[in-house]
Amino acid sequence: MSSESPIQAVRLRHPWRNVFAVVLIAGAALFIVDAAGRPAYDWPAVAQYVFDRRITQAAVNTLQLTVYSMVIAIVLGVILAIMRLSPNPVVTSVAWFYLWVFRGTPVYVQLVFWGLLSIIYQSIDIGIPFMEPFYSFQTNAALNTFTLAIIGLALNEAAYMAEIVRAGLLSVDRGQEEAATALGMGWFQTMRRVIVPQSMRIIIPPTGNEVISMLKTTSLVTAVPYSFDLYTRSRDISAETFNPIPMLIVASLWYLFFTSILMVGQHFLEKRFARGVGDRRPDKKGSAPTGTGAVPLVTGTQPTVVAPSQTTNPSSGPGGEGPR
Amino acid sequence: MNASEATVESGHLSVPPMVRAEGVSKSFGSNEVLKGISLEVKRGEVLCLVGPSGSGKSTFLRCINHLEVVSAGRLSVDGELIGYREANGKLYELRPREAARQRRDIGMVFQRFNLFPHMTAMQNVMEAPLRVKGENKALAEQKARDLLDRVGLGDRQDYFPAHLSGGQQQRVAIARALAMEPKLMLFDEPTSALDPELVGEVLDVMKGLAADGMTMIVVTHEMGFAREVADSLVFMDAGVVVETGDPAEVLTNPQHQRTRAFFSKVL
Repeated sequence: MSSESPIQAVRLRHPWRNVFAVVLIAGAALFIVDAAGRPAYDWPAVAQYVFDRRITQAAVNTLQLTVYSMVIAIVLGVILAIMRLSPNPVVTSVAWFYLWVFRGTPVYVQLVFWGLLSIIYQSIDIGIPFMEPFYSFQTNAALNTFTLAIIGLALNEAAYMAEIVRAGLLSVDRGQEEAATALGMGWFQTMRRVIVPQSMRIIIPPTGNEVISMLKTTSLVTAVPYSFDLYTRSRDISAETFNPIPMLIVASLWYLFFTSILMVGQHFLEKRFARGVGDRRPDKKGSAPTGTGAVPLVTGTQPTVVAPSQTTNPSSGPGGEGPR
Repeated sequence: MNASEATVESGHLSVPPMVRAEGVSKSFGSNEVLKGISLEVKRGEVLCLVGPSGSGKSTFLRCINHLEVVSAGRLSVDGELIGYREANGKLYELRPREAARQRRDIGMVFQRFNLFPHMTAMQNVMEAPLRVKGENKALAEQKARDLLDRVGLGDRQDYFPAHLSGGQQQRVAIARALAMEPKLMLFDEPTSALDPELVGEVLDVMKGLAADGMTMIVVTHEMGFAREVADSLVFMDAGVVVETGDPAEVLTNPQHQRTRAFFSKVL
């Protein structure tokens, strides 16, 4: 709309970026060429085992351990976080004690303890103390190592999730709770409809981190001892073949594959819960603010930056070309 | 005890005032913010509360819908004691559910709007009728559309608060409060966070409300609005009511030294 012609500026050049990129690519290429020919990596063995039945089954087990323990941990974590923020001092202390124990001891030690559960408590009785229990079961028979591994991982993780959720809930402006309260909404409604949805934006990134972390922590379940997860299984195979390196590569490939999928999922979750936040675009198409009424917005022509033409190309800057 | 019972008990046809405060005090720790506020707001009356910052205006407003708990005195809305139940000469704290029921009938508009940022304008207005009153969706939608039209934002239904100007956000906030069909509206410095050129659009909506007969208590620094719209003006300072009266009267001819000193600075 303005009578001025748009700015035509020579784009700022970043020669060192290119230099650095070329150096990195050259280094990576060297590493790959070298690795491809190095006998210790034993690529044929990697190819042979990566889709081995035992390995794919172990990958599924690892994924199950991750998903089940994270689901339990998130639910427990939300409960613990709300308990810690509760006005009831009894409830707060219980949550605090839980965190103290489960965050204060190594997860490996906790997993060993869960493995020994059936030795410490041969049977678990449900009923009134000093009377015939209503229900009693043998710990050994009821809880296999897979279940114990999930319990161990989940209870440990719940302590960390509680802190993440608590940080998220505290990040929501107090005015939000007041506005909801003033409208006559109850505590639970306020939490569910107003506070929790807004805290998700803060909670999701570190939770994604925790899921990825959990995927790898499952390699510790050998402490229970549960031995059908990805890492323990590949190590067991290499113990037979006396060829550990390709098995480590096989396990790493599967871990990387799952992690990549989780990162994609996290991206979409973050997008979903960023609705209505500050400088993002509105979700609905065509609803960008227009210049009516009192909406403050920047108008006028944006300066255009054009790529430098051949003629304006400065004589080769410091190290414009890569080394070699 | 509700309004009709109160009328029967008092034995004559006069209805109780919308708000009655008798010696309302409020302390935060050792800091006494309100020191015995007594005032009445009649049905359909617009009362403006003015005074220097820290005088307790906002605290008093927040006591009326029990966002703050009163330390001493009685505060009732439409004949119903706020926050407590009285039986056998004793006061019992209300359960959260009962306090929430009292708040339904009292709309509140905040200085910083406090719209729900993850909901569109429409969803903001519909939220409480849907979740608190359990209205059906079609009706709530229809009402929300009408309310947004009324505040002049019929074309902004699907905007998130972040994409509205301050004045538009505050008008959505007013529509959101009105959606619960309150009998009393509380405004806590509704224009203080706005750019000067956006103040007028919010005040216009409030004038419209006053003209429709809504009972309103407005904490404000907009003396022009007070003079034009308010039925009575209350000047507060240091937790006490210093002066009450007809706005034009108080503004042009304040009786107290403190009132005069304040107006000489703001007018």
